[in-house]
Amino acid sequence: MTQHQMPYSFMELDLANEKSKMQVNDLSLHYGNSLVLKNINLIIPEKRVTAFIGPSGCGKSTLLRCFNRMNDLVDNCRISGEILLDEQNIYDKSVDVAELRRSVGMVFQKPNPFPKTIYENVAYGLRLQGISDRRVLDEVVETSLKSAALWAEVKDRLHENAFGLSGGQQQRLVIARAIAIEPDVLLLDEPASALDPISTLKIEELICELKTRYTIVIVTHNMQQAARVSDYTAFMYMGDLVEFDTTNKIFTTPSQQQTEDYITGRFG
Amino acid sequence: MRAWFRTGTPWIWLNAGAIALCLIMVVSVLGLIFVQGAKHFWPANLYAIQVKQTDGSVKPLLVKHVRNEEVSASVLKDFGVLLEGNDLVYQRELLKLGNRDIYGRDFAWFLSKDLLDRQQPANATVIERREWGKFYGFPLKLLEGQQVIAAGENLWPEFINRLKRAKDLHDEINDIEKGDIGEINRAMESLRLSKRRLELSKASAEEIAIFDQASNQEKAELDASFAVLQQKLEELYAQARRDSLVLTTAEGQLISINLSQIVHAHQPNAMTTLQKIGHYFKNVYAFLSEEPREANTEGGIFPAIFGTITMVFLMTIIVTPFGVLAAIYLREYAKQGTLLKIIRISVYNLAGVPSIVYGVFGLGFFVYIMGGSIDQLFFPESLPAPTVGTPGLFWASLTLALLTLPVVIVSTEEGLSRIPSAIRMGSLALGATKSETLWKVVIPLATPAMMTGLILSIARAAGEVAPLMLVGVVKLAPSLPIDGHFPYIHLEQKIMHLGFHVYDVGFQSPNIEASRTLLYATALVLVVLIVLLNAVAIRLRNNLRERYRSESE
Repeated sequence: MTQHQMPYSFMELDLANEKSKMQVNDLSLHYGNSLVLKNINLIIPEKRVTAFIGPSGCGKSTLLRCFNRMNDLVDNCRISGEILLDEQNIYDKSVDVAELRRSVGMVFQKPNPFPKTIYENVAYGLRLQGISDRRVLDEVVETSLKSAALWAEVKDRLHENAFGLSGGQQQRLVIARAIAIEPDVLLLDEPASALDPISTLKIEELICELKTRYTIVIVTHNMQQAARVSDYTAFMYMGDLVEFDTTNKIFTTPSQQQTEDYITGRFG
Repeated sequence: MRAWFRTGTPWIWLNAGAIALCLIMVVSVLGLIFVQGAKHFWPANLYAIQVKQTDGSVKPLLVKHVRNEEVSASVLKDFGVLLEGNDLVYQRELLKLGNRDIYGRDFAWFLSKDLLDRQQPANATVIERREWGKFYGFPLKLLEGQQVIAAGENLWPEFINRLKRAKDLHDEINDIEKGDIGEINRAMESLRLSKRRLELSKASAEEIAIFDQASNQEKAELDASFAVLQQKLEELYAQARRDSLVLTTAEGQLISINLSQIVHAHQPNAMTTLQKIGHYFKNVYAFLSEEPREANTEGGIFPAIFGTITMVFLMTIIVTPFGVLAAIYLREYAKQGTLLKIIRISVYNLAGVPSIVYGVFGLGFFVYIMGGSIDQLFFPESLPAPTVGTPGLFWASLTLALLTLPVVIVSTEEGLSRIPSAIRMGSLALGATKSETLWKVVIPLATPAMMTGLILSIARAAGEVAPLMLVGVVKLAPSLPIDGHFPYIHLEQKIMHLGFHVYDVGFQSPNIEASRTLLYATALVLVVLIVLLNAVAIRLRNNLRERYRSESE
């Protein structure tokens, strides 16, 4: 916690000083015969926001989905290399995928609340773990919704259908649902791309709040968004990790020509 | 003109025309059934008429007018009718004469020109008898034994009173015959079966002797209580037969009808319109709640309604789990490939197999092979008489379930495939396993689609007739499949069914004219029943949809 006692903006960020939460070693991924990720090496620093940017089809979402093994659901997907979560390879045979996904939560591009009440949406993950004590659930639902900055808007309609919420509210509900089960890492796959500017702003504020407690990885198309919310940025292109450094450095003095071209809008 | 075509207007007209055609067809079918069926219950007036005979004399008749028809002179000549005039077309009328026991037929055609002097005498009476159909005549006096109880003014009220008494007695007799005596018969039968079971199990002669001793004693007790009941029945019969009504036909012939033979009586000509409307609804109720009489040409259709509903419910209970589970496996777990494609096509094609084929299959496989094997294994004592190896309610439901299985599978699969993958992903990302995701999120979302499948299958099953004739539906079932006797639901019993009843009344009836309106009324009930069943299911589905509103997004 010592790192966070100083106000954030004054801190000098440096990868060398960070504690690694997740580490990607020589990760390659095939869909059928096509190589989608080429030998990626990367660390995800703990309690920081790491952004993946790059043009469409560069593999950033695919890489994100490797972190909680959502790619397992794709039939012809093959993976080599390893991803460590707290020193444990998540692709190890002994790993329980459901268990992994509980510690690595994920929020998708389009809000995907369940066809249940707001309350039941947030309580879903807990109920899966067999928790049915009303008091525990009530408490977790409240704290999660508060953490997701949604409590004030929904506290009087917890038992109404989640589909009655606006898109931005739904996305924050989904975030509340994800943090209700206390994950270590939160993966956000373009969480604001389907939302209006005001909702986007709220989500971004929320990300800044949440990073004090969670390690966050965000995929985004929006470079301003990456610049605003992230501490570290990885630029990917055609399945390669081109450059990975502090956001400040990537956006001001990138070391690679490709990165600079992309940032300045010369391609992609 | 080309510009007009390019606007798409003709296309719209074509579509609208197709819709209009469909509507016209549906409305006219329903309209015809409704109008014809609704007529069945109206207490129409009776006419006293004079019919001119060929020899110039007149014959009085008391009739109900059924319908008019135009018929050409040449047709009449072919029938051997002597015509005096030179008209090309004659009007003729179908009249219901009633009194089948006297005239030998209860409907007859008459040329309108032969019908003279129509009157509507207020005391013309319709008597519905338990046998021989309706009697039309004029009441004369009420007898108790040989003694005249009432005549003239106070005849009708006294008759109604005594008719009610006779009916109560009839109900009591019915209760004893079907209830208590049925109970004794069942006990006797079970004794016989126990003995047979003992013999089959190769029990020693002593054991059998002991059993015989015990059972003989029991039999004697049963015989004794049977004798008591028999005694009581005879008394009741005697009481019920106490009164009789003497009527005259239009020609003046005296007829005495015992009150125990009368189901119902009314005097339509004396009724006000309001009374007739009341009578109409009473008739509708009787039709829906009574058993059929006289080879299904009279009485109600309650057993058929009951049988249809029971069978459809049972079918639903069977088909839902099978269909839903099969669809879930096909869509969610099976490896999608050529084999699965073949299986899927086969399932879809099952929906197109003629239903009579299912009936033959049901009879051959379910009834004879499955039922026969169950008989061999569990009910050897009653062989060669089959216990379950004979067409019955359960086999009929099972056959229908097989028939409607593809519908449920197809619509459930459709529903599952329409659930957005984002929702599955969301659940999986929260650490749910595949089956947790399936049962907690996906299947609840797919229930409206399953209900749609069920609605379609209910509509199909309730209207199906051909396979049922082979696997358990009969013209006249002696008792309902659900009653107060253990085990309460008699799955092996034969049932009546509205669809089959329509066929039977329409084509197997000994009395076509008498059953014509009955046919429409039965068809109307069948249609209404299907609509009601569907309405319930649609209502349920809409409630579910309301709960899972996401789909529309």
